[in-house]
Amino acid sequence: MRKLLLCAPDHYGIEYEINPWMSRARGADTPVVQAQWRGLHAKLLSLGCEIDLIPPQPKLPDMVFTANAGLTVGRRFIPSNFRHKERAGEAPFFAEWMEQRGYEVVWLPPDQFFEGEGDALFAGDALFCGYKFRSDVSAHRTVGEILNCLVISVELVDPRFYHLDTCFCPLTDGGAVWFPAAFDEYGQRTIRDHVPNLIEVVEDEAAHFSCNAVVLEREIVLPEGAPKLVKSLGERGFNCHPLPMTEFLKAGGACKCLTMFMPQRETAA
Amino acid sequence: MLSETIELRGHIIDSLILPKVLDEIITHGGSFKITEIKIGENRADQSFARIEVRGPSAAALDDLILRLRQHGAEVVEKKSVQLAAAPADGVFPQEFYTTTNQQTFVRLDDGEIEVQPALMDCAIVVDRTARKATATKFCGVKKGMEIVVGHKGIRVIPQQRSISRKDAFEFMAGNVSIEKPKSVVIREIAREFKRAREEKGKILVVAGPAVVHTGAAEHLEKLIEQGYVNLLFTGNGLAVHDIENALYGTSLGVQLEEGEVAEKGRENYMRAINVIRGAGGIRAAVASGLLTSGIMYTCVKHGVDFVLAGSIRDDGPLPDVITDALNAQEAMQAKIGGVTIALMMGTMLHSIAVANLLPATVKMLCVDINPGVVAKLADRGTFQAVGLVTDLEPFLRELAGCIESDR
Repeated sequence: MRKLLLCAPDHYGIEYEINPWMSRARGADTPVVQAQWRGLHAKLLSLGCEIDLIPPQPKLPDMVFTANAGLTVGRRFIPSNFRHKERAGEAPFFAEWMEQRGYEVVWLPPDQFFEGEGDALFAGDALFCGYKFRSDVSAHRTVGEILNCLVISVELVDPRFYHLDTCFCPLTDGGAVWFPAAFDEYGQRTIRDHVPNLIEVVEDEAAHFSCNAVVLEREIVLPEGAPKLVKSLGERGFNCHPLPMTEFLKAGGACKCLTMFMPQRETAA
Repeated sequence: MLSETIELRGHIIDSLILPKVLDEIITHGGSFKITEIKIGENRADQSFARIEVRGPSAAALDDLILRLRQHGAEVVEKKSVQLAAAPADGVFPQEFYTTTNQQTFVRLDDGEIEVQPALMDCAIVVDRTARKATATKFCGVKKGMEIVVGHKGIRVIPQQRSISRKDAFEFMAGNVSIEKPKSVVIREIAREFKRAREEKGKILVVAGPAVVHTGAAEHLEKLIEQGYVNLLFTGNGLAVHDIENALYGTSLGVQLEEGEVAEKGRENYMRAINVIRGAGGIRAAVASGLLTSGIMYTCVKHGVDFVLAGSIRDDGPLPDVITDALNAQEAMQAKIGGVTIALMMGTMLHSIAVANLLPATVKMLCVDINPGVVAKLADRGTFQAVGLVTDLEPFLRELAGCIESDR
């Protein structure tokens, strides 16, 4: 049974613009927000997950995106150092909450930006980390030292896909779903070299954040709007659960952004 | 070129960060040298690389470093050079840095300055206000001048072998043997002479009187006529023997045509000196029609500049000879700009003196019948010296022949 951290969208809204998806002119519809988040919560529960909820905080609308709280491996939690000051206020709440639950909190140096599971995903025996828009390569290095594991840093080049979890989704069969154009050519080569059985997502479906999926063994919870990907995953033996995520897409997030694994892996190596 | 040193750490091989950084340096007009690299042995081990990055300008380098920082490159902070005042005229401070003949930069505050000229066995005088660094010999230093001490903040760019093209100078580098296939080497050298001329490089000849004694003067004259000699450094000896030969057909009293000692031959030698002294110098003797052949005549006729440096055994000397050794060094130094090839023949001390003035980028060819002389000259820590042990006459004959037949 996987344990997940979620945060109710009580204070969620488009209150600033820190990625190309966000527009204060295009606010979120609160009742729909609540319905979509509850839909995700219910789906994850129905798939057998244990869900912890962190209390939402006023003036921190993006706290709902718990994937960016940090990275949890075993009983260790590495909190994020957010690049944007708008989100920096979330970090102490997440760290305190994890500490109270007995996790060892290991901070990165304050000058190394890192946005948690949003930019750090295990695939095979390596931790893949995205950099440039939000996280720094120097932070990846420190994470590698803390966890004593192979860290593959890949450069993100399309600002729409500003976190690794918006364009890369490791699967439990060792493969991954990805949108290659979100990476520079070295990143593409690295991923092709290290990850077998890749499933490419077409641009239209990638723009629906179909890579932003929660993978639970053979069950995959992903946003609606990716029929081709759902078909490909079905052929690989995965059961897909598409959910409406339109209100969260307005902030540049979807299923995976709303979820953090506790832990993502029991051990790093 | 300006440079910064960066360090990369992490899984830079698996993530292709190292090749990406190197590619980025090249595509943005820079160049690099990996000065240290450690590759992690186990999967989780991180790797390390220290890279010297060079850029075509300060702005281009800054821009490049900014890009590389995105990939995790950390810039290594550099230290400025240490300076101390010269305690007296003509005296360097203790611990002064001794220059090499390689391209050298000194770091001053936040920038680098190239030391000019690339001259060995000097100290570096730094003028902070003019931001100039000058390689200066003892005689050029004045009390209070700021001079580089120690090794901090100094960057020397070693002359590197070309990997794209092999020429005789690189192929034979530093190798002195009397068993060399001389014809092959001479053909290669002829090609280098042509290449230098095409690329507007200057060819310097340093020659001793043996060129005249061995009867090789006419071949050297041919090279001068054809534009393959741009500068001649020699002494009183070669000039007098050449002029004696031009005026009387003898060299030190020996008839060069027949090889016999001429009657009162020694007088020819002294008379030749007297004629030029009477004319007021070599150029004047040519202008007045007194001197009508020979190496010196050909130089004057073809506008080839020459410096005659004196020695304690000189007879005369000719009015053109600079008898003050330091003035002679300065006169030669003033003319070597643009020289790309130096051909040194039949003179050990004069060749060493000139070699001391040349930057490491100049290709040196040393030809002498004495293997010891060739070894001494070729073994000057430069990658671009060729030594040939041979008599000068056959060497120059073959070189002139190769150049002519290739025309």
